[in-house]
Amino acid sequence: MKEFRGRALRWEWRDGVVELTLDHEPLNEIGTVMLADLEKFAAAIKGLAPNTSACIITSARPGGFCAGADLKELYQGAAPLPNQKRVARVRAFLKRIHKVLNTIDAAPFVTFAAVHGLCMGGGLELALACDQIVADKMARFGFPELRLGLIPGFGGIPRLRRDVGNSFIRDLLFTGRTVKAESAHRAGLVAHLAGEGYALQVARSMAQQVTRFDAETRAAAKKFIKPIPLAELNQEIGLFCKLFNRPVVMQSLRRFVETDDSMKYLPVAERQHSH
Amino acid sequence: MRTLEQTTQEILELATKHFKVVPGSLKAEDDFYKKLGIDSLQTLEMLSRLENHFHIELPDYEVQGVSDFKTLAERVQARL
Repeated sequence: MKEFRGRALRWEWRDGVVELTLDHEPLNEIGTVMLADLEKFAAAIKGLAPNTSACIITSARPGGFCAGADLKELYQGAAPLPNQKRVARVRAFLKRIHKVLNTIDAAPFVTFAAVHGLCMGGGLELALACDQIVADKMARFGFPELRLGLIPGFGGIPRLRRDVGNSFIRDLLFTGRTVKAESAHRAGLVAHLAGEGYALQVARSMAQQVTRFDAETRAAAKKFIKPIPLAELNQEIGLFCKLFNRPVVMQSLRRFVETDDSMKYLPVAERQHSH
Repeated sequence: MRTLEQTTQEILELATKHFKVVPGSLKAEDDFYKKLGIDSLQTLEMLSRLENHFHIELPDYEVQGVSDFKTLAERVQARL
């Protein structure tokens, strides 16, 4: 399927390069709608692969690449359920998103995330499934999950471990802070920096370069250089579900959902948990 | 090394330019959320501009509870 237009994203193939554009209000949050469209893309990869050298994932939302999981949907879906059903529901969602990201991660063509603005949580996990992150200098990256009493659940920690040092990971996780693109570049998370508003242009130039080389060699090299840490990814799902099964998480999600929309991307000033 | 007054002035100028307000209309004591009507996304954009301009790392948790330019300048100054 060389072209597709869904509710949350669209893609278009041209001259060996697929451009996948996320476009779901407000900031490409990954809930059931985005997941369904990402699943369609994952299913289309096999058909696209023979004629594709590169894929660029980008965002049409002015605020950034992706703000992460749709926490409002997560809370509203989980809140009415008894504990066991809540965890089962979350686990089922995680398995679906992991399948999608593993498929993108293993795609036989080179994948680029062209990032501007906010790239947090599940959004960063989507970017990490790509081979290269190209970020404009105003982009910000973060894993704010600890603010909710959780860890990243879409494969963030195992994938981050492939690219950066453990100290940087601990900084991101334990402080829940966002880092600017330049810091992310210094740490090895971002491969290339671009001027403000130029991430997509730079990614396109890199994608064009990639089309010049032998496809079979490229696919073999990618598989060799970037193994998918399946055991760790499954471990992460288990730990996420264990943590999710605690009252503090629903309390934090409720607080997030009830926070004034205008302030939701900043850390909350008051202490959230007892220690 | 910049003084706190210089840092404050540069922040006011950056904010004036970024949010396209009338030059001279922002004061150090102003509550930037109320004065500029900005949300958290715009605050993070501002944070990126400050970090890039001053060549510092300024974690967003350091600006928790900060709403005026003077206190923001103190946070920046501490990282210079």
